Amino acid sequence: MKKLVLFIAFIGLSALSFGQTADEIISKYFETLGGKEKLNSIISMEMKAKVDFGGMSIPLQIVSMRDGRQFTKFSFQGKEMTQGAFDGTTAWGTNFMTMKAEKEDAETTENIKRSTGDFVSPFMNYVDKGYMVELLPNETIEGVECFKIKLTKKPQLIDGQEVPNVEFYYFDKDNYVPIVVETEINQGEMKGQISQTVFSDYQEVEGTYFAFSMTQRLKDGMGQTIVIESVELNKTYEDSLFKFPEE
Amino acid sequence: MMKRILSIATLWTAFAVNAQDASILKGKELFGDLKARQIGPALMSGRVSDIEGHPTNNKVIYIGTAGGGVWKSQDGGVRFNSIFDDLPQSIGAVAVDPSDPDNTVWVGTGEVWTRNSVSIGDGIYRSNDGGKNWTKFGLEKTERISAIEIDPKDRNTIYVGALGALWGDSEDRGVYKTTDGGKTWTKILYVNASTGCSDLIMDPNDPNTLYASFWEFRRTAYSFNSGGINSSLYKSTDGGKTWSKIQNGFPKGKLGRIAVTVAPSDSKILYAVVEAEKPNEKGLYRSDDAGATWKHLNSDFELTVRPFYFSRIVVDPKDPETVAKAGLGGSISHDGGKTFKNLGFMHSDIHDIWFDINDSDKLFAATDGGLYRSLNGGTTMEIIENLPICQFYHVSVDNQTPYNIYGGLQDNGSWFGPSASPGGIEARDWESVGMGDGFRVYPHPSNPKIVYSEMQGAEGVWRYDSEKMQMKVIKPWPVQGDPKLRFNWNAAITTSKHAPDRLYMGSQFLHRSDDMGNNWTKISPDLTTNDPTKQNQVESGGLSADNSGAENHCTIFTIAESPLDQNIIWIGTDDGNVQLTKDGGKTWTNLTVNLTGIPKNTWCYHIEASAFDKGTAYAVFDGHTRNDKATYVLKTNDFGKTWKSIVTPDVNGFARNIQEDLKNPNLLFLGTEFGLFITLDGGANWYKFTNGVPATAVHYIEMHAGTNDLILGTHGRGIIIIDDVSPLRELNAEVMNKPLHFFTPKPVYMDETSTFGGASGETQFIGSNPSTSARIIYHMSKRHTFGKMTLDIFNEKGERVSTIAPGKQKGINVVEWNYVSLAPKVASGKTIDAGGFFAPRVEAGRYKIVITKGTEKYESYVDVKYPENSVYTAEERKLQHETTMKMYAMTEQLAYMVYEIDELIAHTDNTMKTNPALKKQTLTLNTDLNALKDGLVITKGDNYVGAGEKQLREKLSDLYSTVGSYYGAPSQTQLENLAMLEKQMNDAKKKFQVIKDTQVTKYKAATEKAGIKYIELKSFEEYVKKD
Repeated sequence: MKKLVLFIAFIGLSALSFGQTADEIISKYFETLGGKEKLNSIISMEMKAKVDFGGMSIPLQIVSMRDGRQFTKFSFQGKEMTQGAFDGTTAWGTNFMTMKAEKEDAETTENIKRSTGDFVSPFMNYVDKGYMVELLPNETIEGVECFKIKLTKKPQLIDGQEVPNVEFYYFDKDNYVPIVVETEINQGEMKGQISQTVFSDYQEVEGTYFAFSMTQRLKDGMGQTIVIESVELNKTYEDSLFKFPEE
Repeated sequence: MMKRILSIATLWTAFAVNAQDASILKGKELFGDLKARQIGPALMSGRVSDIEGHPTNNKVIYIGTAGGGVWKSQDGGVRFNSIFDDLPQSIGAVAVDPSDPDNTVWVGTGEVWTRNSVSIGDGIYRSNDGGKNWTKFGLEKTERISAIEIDPKDRNTIYVGALGALWGDSEDRGVYKTTDGGKTWTKILYVNASTGCSDLIMDPNDPNTLYASFWEFRRTAYSFNSGGINSSLYKSTDGGKTWSKIQNGFPKGKLGRIAVTVAPSDSKILYAVVEAEKPNEKGLYRSDDAGATWKHLNSDFELTVRPFYFSRIVVDPKDPETVAKAGLGGSISHDGGKTFKNLGFMHSDIHDIWFDINDSDKLFAATDGGLYRSLNGGTTMEIIENLPICQFYHVSVDNQTPYNIYGGLQDNGSWFGPSASPGGIEARDWESVGMGDGFRVYPHPSNPKIVYSEMQGAEGVWRYDSEKMQMKVIKPWPVQGDPKLRFNWNAAITTSKHAPDRLYMGSQFLHRSDDMGNNWTKISPDLTTNDPTKQNQVESGGLSADNSGAENHCTIFTIAESPLDQNIIWIGTDDGNVQLTKDGGKTWTNLTVNLTGIPKNTWCYHIEASAFDKGTAYAVFDGHTRNDKATYVLKTNDFGKTWKSIVTPDVNGFARNIQEDLKNPNLLFLGTEFGLFITLDGGANWYKFTNGVPATAVHYIEMHAGTNDLILGTHGRGIIIIDDVSPLRELNAEVMNKPLHFFTPKPVYMDETSTFGGASGETQFIGSNPSTSARIIYHMSKRHTFGKMTLDIFNEKGERVSTIAPGKQKGINVVEWNYVSLAPKVASGKTIDAGGFFAPRVEAGRYKIVITKGTEKYESYVDVKYPENSVYTAEERKLQHETTMKMYAMTEQLAYMVYEIDELIAHTDNTMKTNPALKKQTLTLNTDLNALKDGLVITKGDNYVGAGEKQLREKLSDLYSTVGSYYGAPSQTQLENLAMLEKQMNDAKKKFQVIKDTQVTKYKAATEKAGIKYIELKSFEEYVKKD
């Protein structure tokens, strides 16, 4: 009897302390999103979105490709601008003063290159990519108890130093989708502050689920929300859309 | 067996809850977007207790503070961020693991500078990610940790010096060692229950060699003792297995606090600062043989002053002869301790000094008034201006708009400052209204120019006219027949809700003044226990006399005049009495015997007389100065005849203050040593509030009647405000179970103040302002994660005026709307037109709020109003709005005209390219269109100084945004300017119409003939439609 009680206690403790491993949570997360196979079959993703600035609604076109190429285009007053563009070699964006394309600095470009492979989810094949995950104690965020997973990606290059690239994912315990991703701002005057991206409005697109609302904010601060209006998968795009426009 | 199973079950539960206690979990499910703003200030900052740098990267610096947690700089000490908010904010020691310095940091909680107002810790914590996440590693009962030393060769071997309990005996002190990275600890050196480890140093060149000083000390509410026969200095050379005293050369007799350190560049050289019986034997000792023998070098004031507060000595990492000593002003020696010179001018009371690892001329000093930095070896010191860690004892507010906040600070005087200020609440917004240690500061209830303030022990009590800058000392004086008046260090003083010129002040008697402090009447007998054994403050201090007034006892500490009846006054004393008068002080009833569950003589810290019922009051007791850390909050409904406890195990930490809500008697706010707790049901359940309120000691809570803001005076994180907590009044089980509940909307008065302001640089702390937006507040029983959820705002005509991203969380959501409608569609040009971004403000009125969540719709409204007492009349506003909207319409008409022109230009361009036959006739049209457009929008240049000449679009938007953002009538000049622009616009329209009627008609016919697809124009409505 004594042995039995101890055994039950042991099982119980294991179940609670290690209840679910990080891998089990990640695996359920992929299942919820539609399954790894489906996610891996996506070659490109285009989001039509809008962001509101004091009465002005700015339309965005956000395109990202499995090979790491990407761009975000938006327009106001008929002027189209590009930000966060990457053609596989060069990262660039439109300068607001001259309205001309300018290259990002070498470190930003290098860091974008290092995140190639995070398409759809950075957790995809994370072991092969040399990423590490660690399950931390549960935390309540957005009023919901969450699994908290620390994801350590490839280091980033900041001011000439290799700096750890760590993100904390909060997965809603009830449905295994991330509702908040948290990271420490590692450069500029906000360095050391915590930035959060809040996800909601998950909706189905061709058998996979995407968050249709993303809010970026400082921890405990007000945020800016991007509302996704549509997601299109596996479209093809002209190379020129990604390419840095040489004059 | 059953018991065993139950205890296992308990263990499971404990494990599952993990680092968060139940009250935090519950609070995090409830309070949602109800967030606090920390407004500092940081100009006087607060006490820093420990400085620790990264061993190889001098950009990274950590500081531990007295009550404000741990802060980290990653830029060499220019800016700091708080990294320990959720955990006890009183810090003893911070240590960086030398084997993993980028990631692993240890924090020992509980400050070791044991002044009367010192807070407590609850053990040791480790972060594996540079301070983002923390895990507790035991030693919960040590109360204060003096040092953490990590073996550089084996990171699992760590030694901790635990000073232990200040206010009573405890065996949880001494030197602890772990060899498994903190999972288990062994106490490897212990002296007795009243003697703790005050300093612990590892030889930087030999991790098995350790030096530990032990200090016999004790504080009570009325006395302090430093020193005894058990204070000693020990050394171990075998990793703590064996220890021997190393005092050859030290004074004989009793010793007090000993600071010890090893020169990093020469392990043989040690310095110790010793508190001893004889003045000429106190001070600095040096050993050149690793502690075998000591030589007395110096008894200078800075080396002997207040050892309990300044016991730290630091050696330059590169030069064993350069040594700096914390002290009243701090001092430094460059000749191995023979002589010292003072450090440069900075706030007094230096607790730690840190030399930069690469440049010893760069050093940091931890003071009672913040962190200072020197770039020239300590000659000149500059304060770090972004550490809002000041320690308020008390807080009060006035009725101005915006209201001001008044309070006194540990060693940093008395101040008041605004709850809002253009550009944010900056250092320059705060005004000094008292010197010394500041405590209770009050505005005159009806004349906000008059401020009352005091300093320690009521040595100064002032009435200050902030307009005329006149100050008068108004403290009560003893008269014939009076004994010596005993005032607490934090002397009780308060104003009256019934008589604006009235003041109450507590010594052992209650004093009343009805003429703003000019004259005083004693209206009570001695209301304390008047225990003579607790009144020997002149003996206080032990080996170093320390009669600062901090131990004054048997005094009145809290005075509560009933808001409902000026004759009802409740009194609480620091020696545990609760007394009541119902006749304005003619007769008094000692209610102390009626208290339930409160140990005798427990400090009555606060009494809150209810605003709802004369016989109801709350009394908060703080036993920590008797080594009792329980939470005590009692409530009476019968004038103190009976009392019952209203705390539950959900409350953590001994309490100091309670605030009753002004509208809902069941809504109470409790400040404890570890933060803010809120009950919605009169104390049956408590929730910890964490959104922006760190686990800092909340000394006082005030509620502002006009705004329903909750204002916290914290002892370590300055002033913290939770704006408008009125939604909590509506929160109950029924509301919490509804899928979505809108709280009763409050009208918003549109903010029309200027946006100028803000003179602080990025290295200075700026407290954030309250929101001026309309706040749409609702509670959701579940988080919205799947499916669409939107929030639209409609005017009374049913037109959509705005769409905002709604909050989706479980609990309270607050969505802000800055009462602007949608910006106009603006003509496209070569450049971006800034004025075109202007979205007009809506008119005053009722606006419907619609949240659509899947197929469900939830509706509420918000009343938007013009400010009261505005300088603008309704007629002026009408003209302003009409003029603005006229230009809004013109902007969109112009945009559509330019759109039509652009489409035509593009089409004609293409025709000329693809149909050479049509080129000639098309060219004229194309040229005319381009010429027309050139007058309508900028068609060349850039968005900065290369901008082209402003055209109609730019001129119109300049006027539109200027008129739109001033809420009075447009000026005659502006109206004339508009008339001119209207004419230009009409001329352009006419011109375009002529082109359309003639050239375009012909062109269209020609293209159709040539089989070219003609333009499909959007209609005007389609074109200007907003998303």
